[in-house]
Amino acid sequence: MTMNLWRLFSSRKGSAPVARERLQILLAHERGLRSQPDLLGKLREEILSVISRHVSLDPDKVVVKMDRGKSVSTLEVDIELPNGLEGPIAAAAS
Amino acid sequence: MAKVLVVTSGKGGVGKTTSTAALGAALAQAGGKVVVVDFDVGLRNLDLIMGAERRVVFDLINVTQGVAKLQQALIRDKRLENLWLLPASQTRDKDALTDDGVRRVIADLRTKFDWVICDSPAGIERGAMLAMRYADEAVIVTNPEVSSVRDSDRIIGMLDSKTVKAEKGEQVKKHVLITRYDSSRAARGEMLSIDDILEILATPLLGIIPESQDVLRASNVGAPVTLSNAASAPARAYTDAARRLMGESIAMSVPTERVSFMNRLLGRRAA
Ligand SMILES: Nc1ncnc2c1ncn2[C@@H]1O[C@H](COP(=O)(O)OP(=O)(O)OP(=O)(O)O)[C@@H](O)[C@H]1O
Ligand SMILES: [Mg+2]
Repeated sequence: MTMNLWRLFSSRKGSAPVARERLQILLAHERGLRSQPDLLGKLREEILSVISRHVSLDPDKVVVKMDRGKSVSTLEVDIELPNGLEGPIAAAAS
Repeated sequence: MAKVLVVTSGKGGVGKTTSTAALGAALAQAGGKVVVVDFDVGLRNLDLIMGAERRVVFDLINVTQGVAKLQQALIRDKRLENLWLLPASQTRDKDALTDDGVRRVIADLRTKFDWVICDSPAGIERGAMLAMRYADEAVIVTNPEVSSVRDSDRIIGMLDSKTVKAEKGEQVKKHVLITRYDSSRAARGEMLSIDDILEILATPLLGIIPESQDVLRASNVGAPVTLSNAASAPARAYTDAARRLMGESIAMSVPTERVSFMNRLLGRRAA
């Protein structure tokens, strides 16, 4: 009986607060995506145009990926540059 | 002036059809002329919940395609003379429903009824889109559970962008109806609270329907729960919700079963 009473009061909070927090984070993220349905496409286009101002590159070699995590999402940008770049750019990239 | 109401949710099995029947019957009992329309093409169930499954001759798709007249497809309820059902097709492919067809049928229903209540299929695809397309108001059926709340949020996004009202720069009036609410689990913090849900969805509350055996019993006998056992907790909650839809302001009550402290202890021990 003592044990049950203890459990009754100690577990008062339950799992609902966790559910609430997870939902708030997830929905903030999903609403953002909804209001910008082609966010990735736009990012890709603008990244491509910025890089192209300095280096000529193959548009197909620019890959932009979004990875949704529980609390953090990451944006992965993969750009394949042609060989034979001049020094300063190569240095800045390292 | 007629009001077109969509009962929707995103997630399946949360209580849309139960709510459509119960709200429809309650609004009809309050004197409105009501039609409940089943949009769940291929998976119709509203006829069964309304107890009219053996009287279906023509359906919504027959009407949109001009095979039958609206009057031929409408089924009058046996208990309430101002309550009608427009059933869905059980056999047809869901692509048989077209935007133009739905537009014409809804426009026609508007001239004949005070309330047109559309029971949406689950999901966020075409069927759910067409069910909400011409709505003035929406009842978003939500269970106190993460996946249901998430889907409700997506449906709210659709109501704000894919409906004719939204395209005209107006707003579909939205209400959240929390169903299958279990007060003892909520008290233990095992279920999202009403406040949490409303804060997350940022949409006004239409009512709280308790989890109840009476809902199952009503479906067994083929009657909206508001008719089969009007005194039951879910029936009273649905009746209050219907009156709020009519614009009355009724104090919100959280349905609770009176469980003694001792029973709660025993209940926890058994769990
Ligand atoms: N308040 C309640 N208490 C207990 N059971 C309920 C309650 N509301 C609904 N149910 C049960 O939940 C199940 C699903 O309900 P219903 O068919 O109304 O959901 P739905 O949202 O229309 O489902 P679908 O997405 O498949 O169309 C049914 O078995 C029904 O009896
Ligand atoms: Mg249903």
